[in-house]
Amino acid sequence: MASESSQHEGHPEVGHVVPVRILFVTGMGLLALTLLTVWAASFDFGNLNIWIALAIAVVKGTLVVMFFMHLLYDRPFHGIVFVSSLAFVALFISFALTDTFEYAGDLDPGDAPKVVEKLNVLGE
Amino acid sequence: MTTIDTTKPTPGAETPPVDNYLTHSTGIMSWLGTLDHKRIGVMYLVSILTAFFLGGMFAMLLRLELMFPGEQILSQDQYNMAFTLHGVIMVFLVIIPSVPASLGNFVLPIMLGAKDVAFPRLNLFSYYLWVTGAVLAVSSIFFGGVDTGWTLYVPYSTSGTQMNGILLVTFAVFVLGFSSIFTGINFIVTIHRLRPPGMTWFRMPLFLWAIYATGILQVMATPVIGITVALLAVERLFGIGIFDPALGGDPVLFQHFFWFYSHPAVYIMILPGMGIISELISVHSHKHIFGYKFIAFSSVAIAIFSFIVWGHHMFLSGQSPLMNVVFSAITFSVAIPSAVKVFNWLATLYKGSISFNTPMLYALSFLVLFTISGLTGLHLGTLATDIHLHDTYFVVAHFHYTMMGGALIAMIGGIHHWWPKITGRMYSEFLGRIACGLIFIGFNLTFFTQFMLGSKGMPRRYHDYAGDNWNPTVTELFGKYHFWSSIGSFVMAAGFFLIAFYLLHSLFRGKKAPANPWGGRSLEWQCASPPPHDNFSEPPHVGDPYDFTVLEWDEQEQGYHWRHDLKHEPGEA
Amino acid sequence: MTTTASTTHDHPDFLAHHWDTPKQQFEAGKLGMWLFLATEVLLFGGLFVGYAVWRGNHPELFKFGSQYLDTTMGAINTVVLILSSLTMAWAVTCAQRGNRKGLIIGLLLTLAGAGGFLGIKYFEYSHKFNEGWFPGAYFYDKPSDRSHTWDDNLPVPGAGQLVVPVPDTEARSIEELGLPADILVELSTVVPPGQGPSGLEELALTDTVHTDDHAEHEMHALQREDRPANAHMFFNIYFMMTGLHGLHVLGGVGVMIWLLIGAVKGRFNEKYFTPVDLGGLYWHIVDLIWIFLFPLFYLI
Repeated sequence: MASESSQHEGHPEVGHVVPVRILFVTGMGLLALTLLTVWAASFDFGNLNIWIALAIAVVKGTLVVMFFMHLLYDRPFHGIVFVSSLAFVALFISFALTDTFEYAGDLDPGDAPKVVEKLNVLGE
Repeated sequence: MTTIDTTKPTPGAETPPVDNYLTHSTGIMSWLGTLDHKRIGVMYLVSILTAFFLGGMFAMLLRLELMFPGEQILSQDQYNMAFTLHGVIMVFLVIIPSVPASLGNFVLPIMLGAKDVAFPRLNLFSYYLWVTGAVLAVSSIFFGGVDTGWTLYVPYSTSGTQMNGILLVTFAVFVLGFSSIFTGINFIVTIHRLRPPGMTWFRMPLFLWAIYATGILQVMATPVIGITVALLAVERLFGIGIFDPALGGDPVLFQHFFWFYSHPAVYIMILPGMGIISELISVHSHKHIFGYKFIAFSSVAIAIFSFIVWGHHMFLSGQSPLMNVVFSAITFSVAIPSAVKVFNWLATLYKGSISFNTPMLYALSFLVLFTISGLTGLHLGTLATDIHLHDTYFVVAHFHYTMMGGALIAMIGGIHHWWPKITGRMYSEFLGRIACGLIFIGFNLTFFTQFMLGSKGMPRRYHDYAGDNWNPTVTELFGKYHFWSSIGSFVMAAGFFLIAFYLLHSLFRGKKAPANPWGGRSLEWQCASPPPHDNFSEPPHVGDPYDFTVLEWDEQEQGYHWRHDLKHEPGEA
Repeated sequence: MTTTASTTHDHPDFLAHHWDTPKQQFEAGKLGMWLFLATEVLLFGGLFVGYAVWRGNHPELFKFGSQYLDTTMGAINTVVLILSSLTMAWAVTCAQRGNRKGLIIGLLLTLAGAGGFLGIKYFEYSHKFNEGWFPGAYFYDKPSDRSHTWDDNLPVPGAGQLVVPVPDTEARSIEELGLPADILVELSTVVPPGQGPSGLEELALTDTVHTDDHAEHEMHALQREDRPANAHMFFNIYFMMTGLHGLHVLGGVGVMIWLLIGAVKGRFNEKYFTPVDLGGLYWHIVDLIWIFLFPLFYLI
């Protein structure tokens, strides 16, 4: 088999071999970003806090998906599948959030009845 | 059609191959451990029809109870458990897996020209998941039962006394969900990766498009019901209170969770049915399907739309007015792809050479019933009228027209269509038509009266009602409608028993089926009936699946085969 | 193609009968796995919806609850999981190159990472259980004596309060509300409907009152003055999300062991490494979900 020797050179019949160097750099990037997000959390940016944390998490996630999971070298359709699953989650979140924000004002505030019951027992 | 040389043996009319998938191997283990998609499909079919019988029996109990005012045969608690189990069995055990898992498993790889589905072991595993789920769900009745309705709404499900029953049903739904997911994954991958050379996307029969769209829904929506029932089980076991207002939880959130799956699930149920109807109408009117691409893409469009309308189940459950308006508006847009399908089917029928075979009668029933269900859906999607109709028998009638008049009628039509292929036997066409008539009449009698019940204000899930069956006053017509509704359900039951009789009879006494009894052009009609173990030893000849001009009737064979004056024979590449 | 002689040639042992080429089989496995990962995303997606709804409507719960999570442990776990993801990716590369030794070492390191993650998680959970920070109504049970932060001399805030829907913002006394006099109502806790989610204004007030943050932190969560209403809800979501993630890590351990057995037996080579690749994809999605869970719970 003439093709056999060439497969050893990183061109396999199936799949794509990601060199260890790239994996290593990705891993180090992920660790650095973990440090960054912990460091960033020590400052208070107000409402921006969660968005900064999420942005860093998205970058980390992209690194994992692209390099560790080979999506960069993979069929685009696999990416479509993955992104559409995220899109459905986003859809779910946005509709559910909009609705709960809308009716939040109608809810009774304070501890819920069963909690109050428990606290009453505890307080006696 | 007229010149047939009966002296020369025609290629399709040869004696059927000795080895088919039924005779390939014998013994009970060769079935229980099989990886053959055809056998798994048959096992699914038998199991699902058994569950259908069970669910139907509960329906009969309900109709007997409601036939007259006052308590007849079920106490109030028994009544609640009966309608809950009727719903759970029919939704989760029967209709959701029905077409994809049984007929889809059998037909899909053959239609595609593949030897099997992509992951045969996963396929078998998903069947056993179904069996596990079925055992769990049905056994709940022996452990106290469940009386929440199939929707398992909190706080009924978290505060009632049926601890064991609820846990069993939630676990059953979880397991069944994974069964459904694995079927969906299997079919999507099969359609993507196992199409033989020449089978392009637009040469796939529309049934495959429908199954593909269903697969998207199964994969993207079903995990949410998994996490919903998992939360429900944790809530039930430990009382953590995510959905319990007494603990600061949010019961409306549960309905968001539930319907984010269960609305797409409605389309998991109906889309495969629509796929079957596309096949039946085209094949039995011997005319090329009208608007192939429109029907194909409308399946995908329905799949996508179905994800953004779930709130129309929640108009009166505390959802905010803003979202009510949004969901109501989007709901109406689902009418577009659905109507695209109906009009294309009608256009296919127009000037077709219609054979009123039993499967075709079911397809025509579907058109009537599905149209009624769609049009009554508009009343429920409109906010103002929904306030009046919410949780009445109008809703019950509407979704029975969709689920039963749509999905199940299509499935029964599909069973009749592919029965010769699956078993190699023909059933009695005469009895088939009578049964279809009984079911159509019985169905409409049962459920059209319920539209009237609902619009008069009869709430659903009630054990009893006011009214005198024989001397109704103007405001107390409930008794009259309930009585006729029950009569209709008996007629329908008679129809189903008739079907069971002649189908079982055909297994032993039926005529041998030809390879192509109806004149279908898709690939499953190119292999013998029943198909050989490997479906196709050579890649089959792929062409336009609705080009019926290449076929002609063979009187001797009592089936269709490739026209003699054409060069290609089916199976010759 | 159909003769037996050519079948043995075209069909290696690992190739199932219904595939034509190893590439076709590999690609199908990949697509199937990606679809499965999509279902995993949606499974967790449901919980993320729960998170978003509670955090969106009750940010005070998360501000309060996250103080009781150990950021250091969370960060260490993140690092452990990222490193195990790296070793897994390395193992896949080794498998693709037919490097059996590298594959085995990679899988062992990944397994060690998974074990380490679960160990740290165990310490975190057992600490919370010891302190009585349970989900649900158990949060309000008096913790066992093992908890050093419970002070019997301190009152339990919220005791004796009853939630009463207030029909009119102007009515501020029991008589005006038309309630029976024997119902104990602490009016300060009652925020009229429509005045924002669950008493946020009040919380802003109580937050400013407490200056000695350190002492507060040492105190049992239940006994703190600034405990927001329904504080258990944070622990509900925390335990559900990390618990489901932990179950997935446990599942990953099973997958790793299975792969390891296969690798030791020499089942995988540069032509057939699909299970390693797919197992790797699963492990990376578990890592990916933790990457989001970490900042969402620990870094608030």
